[in-house]
Amino acid sequence: MNEHPPLLADRADTVARDRRPRRVGSRVKRFEDPRLLSGRGSFTDDKAPPHALHVAFRRSDQSHARIVDIDTGAAAEMPGVVAVFTAEDLGDIAPVRATSRMKNYHATSLFPLARHKVRYVGEPVVAVVAESRYCAEDALEHLDVQYRPLPGVVDPEAAAEGDAPLLHEEAGTNVLVERVFARDDADAEMAAAAVRVGGRFRMRRKTPMAIEGRSYLAEYDGGRNLLTLTSSTQIPGIIRDLLAELLDVPAHGIRVVAPDVGGGFGGKGSLYQEELLVALLARRLDQPVRWTSDRLEDLISTSQAFDEIVTAELGVDAEGRLLALTAEVLGDIGAYSIYPWTGALEPVQVASFLPGPYRLQAYRGRTRAVCTSKAPTGPYRGVGRPISTFVIERLIDMAARRLGLDPAEMRRRNLVAPDEFPYRTASGIVWDQSCFTESLEAALDGVRYGELRAMQAKARAEGRLYGIGIASYAELTGIGTRISAAPGMPINTGTEQSTIRLDSTGSVTAAFGVASHGQGLETTLAQVVADELGCDINDVRIVQGDSAAVAHGTGTYASRSAVLGGGAATLASRDLKAKILRVAAFVLDAPVEELEAYDGQISRTGTNRSLSFKDIARAVYVDVGRLPPDLREEMQSTRVYDPFVGTATSATHICTLEIDPRTYKVTLDRFFVAEDCGRIINPMIVDGQVQGAVAQGIGAALFEEVVYDGEGQILTASLADYVVPTAANVPAVEIVHLEASSPQTLGGFRGMGEGGTIGAPAAIANALADALSHLDVDINELPVTPERLFRLIENAKAEET
Amino acid sequence: MSGLRAIETTVNGRRYRRSVEPRLLLSDFLRQELGLTGTHVGCEHGVCGACTVLVDGHSVRACLMFAIQCDGAAIETVEGLGTPASLSPLQESFRANHGLQCGFCTPGILMTCVDLLRKHPTASREEIREGLSGNLCRCTGYEHIVAAVEALIRREGGQE
Repeated sequence: MNEHPPLLADRADTVARDRRPRRVGSRVKRFEDPRLLSGRGSFTDDKAPPHALHVAFRRSDQSHARIVDIDTGAAAEMPGVVAVFTAEDLGDIAPVRATSRMKNYHATSLFPLARHKVRYVGEPVVAVVAESRYCAEDALEHLDVQYRPLPGVVDPEAAAEGDAPLLHEEAGTNVLVERVFARDDADAEMAAAAVRVGGRFRMRRKTPMAIEGRSYLAEYDGGRNLLTLTSSTQIPGIIRDLLAELLDVPAHGIRVVAPDVGGGFGGKGSLYQEELLVALLARRLDQPVRWTSDRLEDLISTSQAFDEIVTAELGVDAEGRLLALTAEVLGDIGAYSIYPWTGALEPVQVASFLPGPYRLQAYRGRTRAVCTSKAPTGPYRGVGRPISTFVIERLIDMAARRLGLDPAEMRRRNLVAPDEFPYRTASGIVWDQSCFTESLEAALDGVRYGELRAMQAKARAEGRLYGIGIASYAELTGIGTRISAAPGMPINTGTEQSTIRLDSTGSVTAAFGVASHGQGLETTLAQVVADELGCDINDVRIVQGDSAAVAHGTGTYASRSAVLGGGAATLASRDLKAKILRVAAFVLDAPVEELEAYDGQISRTGTNRSLSFKDIARAVYVDVGRLPPDLREEMQSTRVYDPFVGTATSATHICTLEIDPRTYKVTLDRFFVAEDCGRIINPMIVDGQVQGAVAQGIGAALFEEVVYDGEGQILTASLADYVVPTAANVPAVEIVHLEASSPQTLGGFRGMGEGGTIGAPAAIANALADALSHLDVDINELPVTPERLFRLIENAKAEET
Repeated sequence: MSGLRAIETTVNGRRYRRSVEPRLLLSDFLRQELGLTGTHVGCEHGVCGACTVLVDGHSVRACLMFAIQCDGAAIETVEGLGTPASLSPLQESFRANHGLQCGFCTPGILMTCVDLLRKHPTASREEIREGLSGNLCRCTGYEHIVAAVEALIRREGGQE
């Protein structure tokens, strides 16, 4: 405890002793920006090693079919073609299986190229390797692949039936996982409820759609038996460890580097067949091999998300207090149980987060993950919680309406109150204290809720379709070893480490296993190091996104990097600082307790005597006679941070919108977020994350939908058909930050990259229902495209007459 | 494929002569033939705008043009705006306003803004949003990009 005093005491102490500005909490301009703004960034496809070969894939045009024959002869003869591969040519490679300790779970076997069968349109079947991408793509036209169609496994409800055709015969079922969460007798409580509301909710399939498509480059140094994979991945450490296992080589023979990565949002957070194949072929051909997806490939083969059907019922008493919740969740996870997260990732989180930030005793939620012949789903910003929040927030509003309560009052009566933390939800999640009720009040104040309702009444009197929607939610972030990032997954996602060193010139290098892809970790982690070590922030270089940088690390996902990376940085910085101060104490002939390090200078309080970090480095490394040998320590520290349970992040979103009754276009008017992400490292970056995540939530609510037809053909394979928000669709998000209490995480940070996408769909759905309340329209399916809105309104009008 | 064609273009003030296949896209020409990898390719079907460059002063999608169509043309790319050590006012404004996160769409957005500011140096907030609506950004939610352009107009009269 002496080494790491309680956070609040630590901070109070700091403030009292030192009023100089700290880097944490400041709008530090990003170190990444100059290179990214000047076209000097280094994305995977920017690397151009000489003599690199290009891969192009012939992908399945069948949803579910047996591969009868593949004729590669003509393609192999094409000019520039070096080799053509099918699954048969890769017979010695073991399948990738995402295992789990969960009961009732079936893993699936994934090979670099489809073997015997194809399971979705877009699955890679044949790989052509050529001297240029143009040549490789030309040759694809000369391949002849014969299929025998198999019965469709397209509709998730049909696929979950016992007699459905099987996608993975060895599993014996299409239901790859089933899990029940239950507390108390939900049926009895439901029967006693004064009001029961329910429905069948559906959140359609979407895709992450990072602007940079997936890209991989593998280089093999045969002389050293060293394989370097440059990958647009969020999880270099996980990919490194998997490749080591599959190729049966020590991990020091494989280096996975994620250079600048052009957005991920979860879509680059899993292993891909193309990634594996590029690595295998570079070794086999002893030549660099590369592949960069085009947008068609991205839209049909990058991991998709959501696609959940939730049948739920909520019972409340006459005062609006929640009594019971029941839910049946069916998640359509697509063709494979994705590595490493498994197909349980989203459906299980939908069920486990469904009780939301509310006081609710009785719950029964059953969830099933069913595989279908569509692209695999995987992690996507918010994972499960955009759906659970959509459902519970709709139910809350529906119940409020039945009781004649204002939606704000309904939440006020049910949110877990400040004196009830830690609170164990009905599904077993433990919320540590966060601004549940405070965020509701702050958002209501922020939008001037009373005036807003008055304005709405006026708009309605004029016949306008104007709605106000509220959504409150909480999420677990920065989770440690107590719980896994994905249920039952045998990978440690609960720790990160940092190695920080002072070199012989006095500059500082801090290495991490996290992997930034837009979050600005090279800046925020440097802020933490500068404060904790006392060095000049401009002397810090952050190394991240490189599996060789630390012994173990997984990457950046699940709102973890500020908490886990920041925690590891804090511990290692404090260690290194202690060593530096010991040297300074000797040189300055002063007790350590009287020294302080700030902005690269170590000074003795109350004197003008000081040393620079450069002086320290010189004393330790260069002027060898200056220090006694036992003080010439290794000026480096590696520390691992485990936040154990992690922490809760919470927010309330309020939006207002108007529906154009002629075009059914929805225009968002205001969007307000009151959130608690704990201590803020960089307010500019936090605001950017909120604004950006809300934009993706707007996409999920109003625009974005991957559509497969009844035959399993994908209909949204271009950006003309898959519609994402533009600058004209996204309003300026008004943001208020709250920090009521300090979480147990080191530094007081809470994760916050995903929240905007969690709250926005629910707030927008509630605002749409509010705008159409005179028609009593159910908003239970997202996205609410103009076409869906048209049908909803027309149907409601038809029922009225 | 078919035979090579000789072309001559000026890119960021420097003259290049190359022999290229007629089907070579301008985006691939810039990235692979000239090594100017600042121009990014996001969709190859003209929707996302990541590959936006200026040809004879007008913004175009480099993925929808062939290199041979630029024979004799003057091309401007993000590399011509500024360097890491000496960013242009527009680039500085993006940095100060956090107008980028992953930075992949950024070069195309900057070139769109250069075109916008040259033609409409006093653009309003709504006009900036309209002007940016042909460029997709997935990280920022656009607001900070709009703020960056607006701040530049306010401060520098739109001199990019």
